Order: sequence, then structure tokens, then C-alpha cells
Amino acid sequence: MSPEPSSLQRTPSEPKAAISRYGSNAGQPLTRRDGILKVTGRATYAADNHPEGMVFAVTAVSRIARGRVRSMNIEAARAHPGVIEVLTSANRPPLFHDPDEKMPPFGFRVEVLQDDGVRYANQPIALVIAETLEAATEGAALLDPQYDVEPARVGLDTGLRFDPPGVGVGGAPMTAFGDIEAGFSKAAITMEADYETPPQYHNAMEPHAVVAEWDGDHVVLDMPNQALALSCATYAAFFGIPVENVTIRSPFLGGGFGSKAIINGPQILAILAARMLKRPVKLALTRAQMYGPVGHRGQTWQRLRMGMESDGQLTALHHRSISATSAFDDFLEPAANASLPLYASPAILVEHEGLRLDTGTPGPMRAPGEASGSAALEVAIDEAAEACGMDPLEFRLKNYAETEPGTNKPFSSKALRTCYAEGAARFGWSRRPLSAGQMRDDDGLLVGWGMGTAVFHCPHFPAEARATLRADGTALVETGAADMGQGAWTALAQIAAEALGLDIDEVEFHSGLSTLPDAGIAGGSGHTASAGLALNQAGGDAIAQLSDLAVNDPASPLFGAGNIGVTARGGRLHRRDDEDRSESYAEILARAGRSDIVGTAKSARDPDVASTHALYSHGAVFAEVKIDPDLGQIRTTRLIGAFAAGRVINPRLVQSQYFGGMIWGLSFALHEEAVTDKRTGRIMNADLAEYHVPVNADVPPLEAILVPEDDAIVNPIGVKGVGEIGITGTVGAIANAVWHATGKRVRKFPIRIEDVLSA
Amino acid sequence: MPFSISLTVNGQSNSIALDDPRVTLLDLLRERLHLTGTKKGCDRGQCGACTVLLDGRRINACLTLAASLDGSTVTTIEGLADGTELHPVQAAFIACDGLQCGYCTPGQIMSAVGLLSEGHAGNDPERVRELMSGNICRCGAYQGITQAVLEAGHALSAKNDAQPAGVPEDGRNAA
Repeated sequence: MSPEPSSLQRTPSEPKAAISRYGSNAGQPLTRRDGILKVTGRATYAADNHPEGMVFAVTAVSRIARGRVRSMNIEAARAHPGVIEVLTSANRPPLFHDPDEKMPPFGFRVEVLQDDGVRYANQPIALVIAETLEAATEGAALLDPQYDVEPARVGLDTGLRFDPPGVGVGGAPMTAFGDIEAGFSKAAITMEADYETPPQYHNAMEPHAVVAEWDGDHVVLDMPNQALALSCATYAAFFGIPVENVTIRSPFLGGGFGSKAIINGPQILAILAARMLKRPVKLALTRAQMYGPVGHRGQTWQRLRMGMESDGQLTALHHRSISATSAFDDFLEPAANASLPLYASPAILVEHEGLRLDTGTPGPMRAPGEASGSAALEVAIDEAAEACGMDPLEFRLKNYAETEPGTNKPFSSKALRTCYAEGAARFGWSRRPLSAGQMRDDDGLLVGWGMGTAVFHCPHFPAEARATLRADGTALVETGAADMGQGAWTALAQIAAEALGLDIDEVEFHSGLSTLPDAGIAGGSGHTASAGLALNQAGGDAIAQLSDLAVNDPASPLFGAGNIGVTARGGRLHRRDDEDRSESYAEILARAGRSDIVGTAKSARDPDVASTHALYSHGAVFAEVKIDPDLGQIRTTRLIGAFAAGRVINPRLVQSQYFGGMIWGLSFALHEEAVTDKRTGRIMNADLAEYHVPVNADVPPLEAILVPEDDAIVNPIGVKGVGEIGITGTVGAIANAVWHATGKRVRKFPIRIEDVLSA
Repeated sequence: MPFSISLTVNGQSNSIALDDPRVTLLDLLRERLHLTGTKKGCDRGQCGACTVLLDGRRINACLTLAASLDGSTVTTIEGLADGTELHPVQAAFIACDGLQCGYCTPGQIMSAVGLLSEGHAGNDPERVRELMSGNICRCGAYQGITQAVLEAGHALSAKNDAQPAGVPEDGRNAA
């Protein structure tokens, strides 16, 4: 088995960046430590692995959305030169966990050929293994499955409605504060409107892949993975082996967005095939196959009702979502919950209903719930402001929540007012005409300005880390984090270096490997805070041990200083009261006869913090659109966001996260939609040409203002999260700008040419 | 029925025994030559992740049958750096943070190298956005990508002015 680098420590033969590093350590805009590997093609993604003797697996997928597979031409597939094996429900080796049994905490039911049933289009119905990719692909095509077809349940009218026990991951389906009907009866002005959001697919550039290699009852998996420890436990259960027998190597993910945090059927089947054939197996889904078994953002139908006093003060806010899930498992977009933390209404009611469709099970997709819910809420707020004859920013400020609505908990920090002010000033919002259809540019295009508020909660996952100070004064820092593009290789190393009082180049950082300490889940925008806190505390532990050695050693210039009186900086401990008295880590270790000091940490959120405070990142997004009055073509021409998310570890990477989120918001507003054929239940645009995501020319010049925010409460390192908040606010800002340009209120996403052309 | 083609990859000429006529250039590079820097994002010419230079021109390796390339020259992301010196486009992508997850990055960079050598972009960000739109970046690193292409364009012009023979006409920089 080829060794996999789990470290980004450079070797002398590697190319050097033709640019100098800009700054170092926490707070500085360091360039990506994995940049050179990524620009030279040497960053290793799962499907780049090619162990000796490896064979290729290709899934055959269902062309119907509901029914059963009556027959397949297995013999034709087997007869194709190069084909080694064909797995179907008839001959699939047993698994040690029932795939229809959900495994806590984030377990999903998976389709692994447990029977001949078809629950959605693109469900795996066979796995063909061959010596080459070409032979496996051809073998899968030769299977020519015949089906007993049942009608597909697609859309609001044919699906089964139900009251869900929960929404999202363990969220309550209904939350109520205050007396909602009293609020409405008190209102001088009311608004009510329905909104629709489509099914969306993550479409990470890297298709889901795995290279599985067994050695007895140990297995090594190269796969992109957002939750290493959790996944190891799940695979161990499926294959009936101890958890320590599963190793996952995931140094780089080619994007995840939530889709690589959840176990899926095709990867399990490939691992099973590798065990059965006693050969390494590679499986990479095709792009089309990613529209089914690997999750998506479920469709929603939302209704918003608001009551206001005549001065715009909210008296009631009612947000209801019908959230679609599959016919066999539950993941419901907690869309209505977006209305809980933001606007100060004395009465708030949010509720959800489920809808079963013949689709693959939805899952968390970048800002799950928040994105869909914010899209509807922020348009509704714009409509409410319009109904009150108020500027949308003035309306938002009128209803600014000084404490968390309903709970009255103080926010750990909330610089939203500054976000509004700085974003508005930068955008020139004060020059916006109140009513729609007032602005045209020199070319006669309709111009509209809109805004939205951004908000995202701050989850914190338990995490572990290890920091080893070495005899030469450098350090090895280890945690099994996941870098899916957000910059964990860089930002987490910055946090570790800071905790150890070392320059970042003195820190060797190992990550992306399941045998390292568990860094928790890379999700919920909580990875930097969660893994970062563990690294901070592990570093602190190592420094504390080092200080003990020094201050208790009469030969040290730090003797007698006491732990409290020592600071770690530049690879030396300094007396706090006399900075000139210092000693290097290497000297302290050498005199103590120690080859190293190992600091460890298991970190988690202080439960008191969550019970006493509301923990959110905030922001404000301002958009300009230009619309051709004859053609209806909509272009976003300016997009400015101002975000406050606690401490910024690396402003360069944080800006990129905000930009990415804002582009996802633009995509939500104007581009993305999986279109299902009502007759067959198949997705008609399961490819990157017809499922539209923004290309470079779709994206205007972007600006992200990083609003400073000190937060000593949210966690000891003051870090919130930046990965998902950019979507929220942006969708509404663009939709509201479309209204402002045209006077047409479009409530179904994505907004299309025909929506603004129609009367 | 095996047959062989002659293919120059990153400056090195190879006689390649093709085991299968269905093999695309992308799968030849990735699964047979183990040059895995070139990525597969869609396998049907829609995402640009597999962009390489074929005889100096930008192509989607996934849409190109290897068997049709006898006598051709291919440059991949692995052949771009000159020893330990990054190509100016590679350096600019790092400096401008024109990447996040990195999966589309080799294709983005090869497209950028191609369009710069063809002299299409000039100093116009709108032109760059348009010309780079065959390469999808789902992370949304477009602003950095655009900036990187412009900066690399400047760096390459300066380099060409200083030493006119420095960069080959087709933008390949492989030894």
C-alpha cells in the first residue's frame, strides 16, 4: 500500500511559490499552505490513488423512480471482456448492519442492493467490477434492466404529506413564542405570500469516489470525507469489524458542501466488492449518478405571514414550510427556523410539514434550512417593508433584535448594525429610490437594488488534538480535520502555531487522516472553531508542561516565575514581568533531558455558554441587478456583503469563503434547479450543462467587508463560522433587486427570464 | 486488440500501448500514465476540470480519444512548472487565492495558460471572465481566478519583454 502524505511539510525538491509569504500565524492573510500542491496537480484526491492490482467498479443505476427491477442481462455483462464480477441484490455478500436501520447520530438509510426495489431514479441497482474503467462502464451498460414500474410521486400534488417528528438534524418541527393570533389582530398592516425553492444538488467538482483496499479484516479507504471518526464507526458497523480496523485517508476533498459528511450506498458497495474480490477497488460516481444517492437540498413550499404596526414594528411573524424528503427516510429542510433568530417580533410561529417524494433522500447542503428559509424570509421582509412604505433597511433596523427573539438571551456578540451601516455606505444604499422601476442605466437596462440580512448559527463539535514540542524547538501538531477548500490546512495550522508560540513554518501539521485525533465534523461552519479550540488547548497543554520544567529548574532564567508569569513567543518562554529573561524551548527540553513534550486536548462547547447566550454570525448583503427590458435577461452587476463572525484567523481565506457563499446565493437566486420529469420521476438536467451553476462570467465583482467583532463568550478562541453565512441574505438581496428593477415580485426560485417578462 | 501511439507528454515522448480503443486522453493520463493532476469532473466536456494543452491548444481531455492522438504533444498541469519554479499562472493562483478545494484548479490553470498564450485576454477583466467560463469552480473562487489571470498576464508580458524567447508561442513551459 502506497504511503499517503498526511502532512504538508515541504521537501527541498518541491517547487517554491514565486511569491513571498505574506505574514504568518493567526490573524494574518497567509496564502494557502496547500497552494503549491494544488497548483501543480500534486494534491492527491481519492480517485487519484492507484494501488497495485486495483480494479474498477461502476454502478448501474435505475432509470425509473419507483417499482422493482424485474430482470437484468447479467450474462451479457459478465461476458464482456475484462468484467470480473457483477453484484446485484441476488448475490451481494452480506453486510453486518441493516442498511434500512438508521445509525445515530447522523445515520441515513442507504441503498446497497438489499432488495430488487427501486425507491428513486439513479438508485444503484448493480455494481460491475472490471479490470478497466472502460470494461466496467460497458458492462454496466449491457445490463439492460427491465422494471415493474409504479407511478412516481413527484411534486406537491402527488406526494404524501406527514407531520415530521423533527427537521434538519434533530431540530424541533414547530417553535412558538408569544401569541401569534393576538399579534395579527393587533396589526395595522399585514403581508402574506407563498414561496418555492427547488431541489438543488451539491455538485462538488469532485464526484464521490473511494479507493478501498483490504488487508485481512483491516481496510484502508481513500475517500473525500467531512466526518472521519463518525464515518469510521459507520463503516466498521457495516463490515462487522472493530472501528480501529478502518482507516480513512482524506487529505483533500474536491468540495463537499455537506454531501461528503453522509455515508452513501455506492461507496459501501465498492468497499464490499474489494473485500469480496480481495483486490483494491476504485469507484468514482459519474456526474449524473450524483443526482440521487449522495443527498441534495430538498424542495420547499413556504408561506410567510407578517403583521406590523403602522410604523413598521412587527407584531407577528409566521413562517411555515412544507419540506420534501424521500419516500423512505427523513431529512427535512428546517427552512422556517430561519425566522427565529433575526427579527424582533413579540410573537413568532415557525412550523414544518413533511412531504414524501420518490427521490433520493435530501441531506445537509451548504446552509441547510438557512439558505431556503432566508430566501423566503428576506423577500417577505422586503414585501413587508413595501407594505409599510418603508425603506427595507429602515424596516430591518426598526425590527432589530437586541436579544434573541423568544428566548431573550443576549447574543454572545452581534455587530449586525455595523454590517448594515458599512455595507449600505459602501453600496450607496442611501441613494436608492423607494419604489420599484425607477432606475435605468445608459444602455436602457432596468436597474434594481436589493438587500438581505445574513445570519448563521455557531455549532461546536467535540474535537481532539495533539501537539508535540520536539527537542529542536519545533512542533508536530495533529488532528484529523477535513479541508474541503475552506482552508483547514492553513487556518488550523495558524491557530496551532499561535498556541505554541511558534512561527507557522516551525509547525508540522498533520491532518486529513482518521488515525489522528478526532477533529469532529467539518460542517455547520463549525470546523475552525471546533478543531481550532482543540488545537489551541493542546498547544496550551504542551506550553504549560514546558513552563513547569523551566520555572522549577534552578538553572533556568525562568526559575521561580510560576506558570502565570511566563509567555510563549517566537519559540521561547519569556518572563511576563521581564521580557529580557527568556529561554528557548530547545534549551528547556535539553536541560530536562526530554526528547519531546506531548500536549493533548479534548475540547467541547461549555454547555453554560449555549444555555445563557445566543450564538450567531451576522451580515448584510446588498445587490444590484440589471435587466434587459426586452429580453428579460437578468445580470447581477454588484454584490457587496458585510459580515461579522467573531475572530478572523485568516482574512484572505475568510474573504474567499464569503465570496463562495455569495456566489452560492447568486446561484440559488438565478441559476440552480433540478427539474424532475413528472411522468418518470427522473431528473432531466442531471449534468453540469443543464443544471446551471454560475460560471465566471455570471459573477460580478464581489466585495466582502470583514466587520471586526470580538467575542469572548462564544468559545475561548473567539471564532464563529464563515462557510455558509454568505448564502443567506444574498438570495433575498438579489430577488429584492429584481423587484426593485421591474416591480415584479418573483417568489419561486430560481428567478427566470420568463418571470420578469410575464405581466 | 492492443496498438500503440506515439505521444509526447510534458516534453517526454512515449510509445504507449493502448489496451482499449475506448480510452479517452483523460483516462489515459489518469489511469494508465498515472498523471492524476488532470481531473475528471463530468466526463462530458461541461466542466473544464480536465483541460490540457494539445499541441498548444486548450482541449477537454475527456472528449478526446487517445487513439486519435498519434504523434501529438500534450501538456498537463504536471508539466507546467520549470523545475522548482512555478509558472507565473500557478504563482498568481496562489497569490490571488484563485482556488479553494483545488479540484478544478489544474483545468483552470491550463485554460488560463492557453488563453494567455493565444493573446485573447488583454487587460480586460470582462474578457477574462468570459474566456474562463468553460471552467466551472463550484467553490466560487472566480474573483481570485480572474485576478490571477490578469496578474499572470502582466507577469508574462514583462517576462516576454525582458527575454523575448522565454516562453514558447503555445505557452508550454516544459523542458
